[in-house]
Amino acid sequence: MTTRKVFIPLHGEEVAPRFDLATEVLMGECDAEGRILIEKVLLLPGPSAERLCHMAISERVQAVICGGIDQEVYDYLTWKRVEVIDNVIGPASFVLRHYAAGRLHTGDILSSAKRS
Amino acid sequence: MTSKSNKSPSAGQPSIDFFAMLDALPWGVIIFDIQRRTLFCNQALSTLIGLSADAAKGLRCYNVLRCRACLSDCPTEKPGPMTTPVTFETDLINRDRKRVPLRVTLAPLLDLRQQQIGFIETIEDLRPLMELGAKSAQAYRFSNILGQSVQMVKLFRIVPVIAQSDSSVLITGETGTGKDMLADTLHQESDRSKGPFVKINCGALPETLLESELFGHTKGAFTGAVENKQGRFHLAHNGTLYLTEIGDLPLTLQVKLLTFLDDKVVYPLGGTKGFAANVRIVAATHRNLEQMVREGRFRQDLFFRLNVMRLHIPPLREREGDVRLLLDYFVNHLSQKLNRSVSGYTGKALQLLLAYAYPGNVRELRNIVEYAVNVCQEGRIAPKHLPAYLTEDRAQPLVEFIPEPLRPPPPHPEPQGVKGTWPTVEKQMILDALIKAKGNRMKASQALGWARSTLWRKIKLYGIDAS
Repeated sequence: MTTRKVFIPLHGEEVAPRFDLATEVLMGECDAEGRILIEKVLLLPGPSAERLCHMAISERVQAVICGGIDQEVYDYLTWKRVEVIDNVIGPASFVLRHYAAGRLHTGDILSSAKRS
Repeated sequence: MTSKSNKSPSAGQPSIDFFAMLDALPWGVIIFDIQRRTLFCNQALSTLIGLSADAAKGLRCYNVLRCRACLSDCPTEKPGPMTTPVTFETDLINRDRKRVPLRVTLAPLLDLRQQQIGFIETIEDLRPLMELGAKSAQAYRFSNILGQSVQMVKLFRIVPVIAQSDSSVLITGETGTGKDMLADTLHQESDRSKGPFVKINCGALPETLLESELFGHTKGAFTGAVENKQGRFHLAHNGTLYLTEIGDLPLTLQVKLLTFLDDKVVYPLGGTKGFAANVRIVAATHRNLEQMVREGRFRQDLFFRLNVMRLHIPPLREREGDVRLLLDYFVNHLSQKLNRSVSGYTGKALQLLLAYAYPGNVRELRNIVEYAVNVCQEGRIAPKHLPAYLTEDRAQPLVEFIPEPLRPPPPHPEPQGVKGTWPTVEKQMILDALIKAKGNRMKASQALGWARSTLWRKIKLYGIDAS
């Protein structure tokens, strides 16, 4: 069974506006049918883009979903074959479901303020 | 909130389109409500963050701006109503993934009853300012050389051009002006920067040793030459050879250097096989080479060959404004390096330092500041922290300073009783040994550490009458 692992840096319950300033990460795993198999929050000792990159690579995630990300970090992750879906705004669990369903794109705004 | 003024325009007063006015501003402006949901962002901010005003509407401010301050220390989250505007510097990452440094001014937005209904933020992009700051900082320095005087600015303009050429360079200037630093800069800025930078002081070694150091020697070239040795020309292959104190180079070696500059081939001492060295020569001296040429102490043809490109570093007393710049630079640099908290100079100390002539130029100025920073330790440098000769003996005011007169180069130190080239020395050694041995060749050869046949051969070579 093919599963996909994804990292979503958090700011509260939302997707973190800045990758480099996130201190929590939602790690999700979904299958090809779009079901969420694992959804857990990891706490980081402090904000660090380098540490997050290292975690993403060592955990072998397929995608990182975030708000703002430096071009340098973006290039590094894509070079390491990690898909980066950036400029995303919205509640992290809702975003994760969108991703699992294959409907999430760079720049998507899934904020409740926009949905209502 | 409407796009028109809240107050109804009285007769004759034109109504103001408030948001259109904000759109015309060159700074970014964002207005958000008390829940920090975006109500408006102007055109300049939209361009800066890469998000349209419509897309931003209704979003939380931190999702729009993505400022560091929004996420770590947002002033709007502080308890109690905000009463006065706050300004802070921060950065954002825009939709093009570029990090932008900002200066943000956040102010409360009040209604007619002075009740806070939201916030207004003005955002200034600091990138142009930072670029300007970096450029202006560079304007006063080139590599490690500092200066803002007209002469130094002229020098900074010409150095990159000279560095890119491969011609020989002659650097002149008084002691302590930074000739070595300039030579190093020329190398670092040149295409040879990946190659070696070899420095040799022509005044520091005796003539025979200098020749061997410069050109190398082959095994057996002279007594003690037990193996082949590469000279500095060889070591500097594909790089730069810096000959400092070229004015002190003996005449015999001047000829050899001249030959190299013509042929670009070096012949080690005692060797017949030349080495084609790809070396750029940078020479420096504090002496007046033209005068030395006139006096016959420096070869004119060598002078002409070295003087292809000439850089003159002016003495500090002629560099208007540089003393102050260097004083400030060294006090900051040295107090950091020496772990002191010295912040500057008192008025009197500065007066003394600015009036001093600095015959030792930048080197002397640095040493004075280093002494003062060590003595002062914290606060500001006062006259009591300066070296005594500056405060007690004020017999060297700027106007009375006379530069050190040019002196002939000192003769090279030579072993006592030994003069001239190796054959002369060797001949003298044989004669001394024969005199001591009262003409007995066996005893003389033992004293010299040679075989009898070697002594006989050398006696014949030098035409010594040993009878």
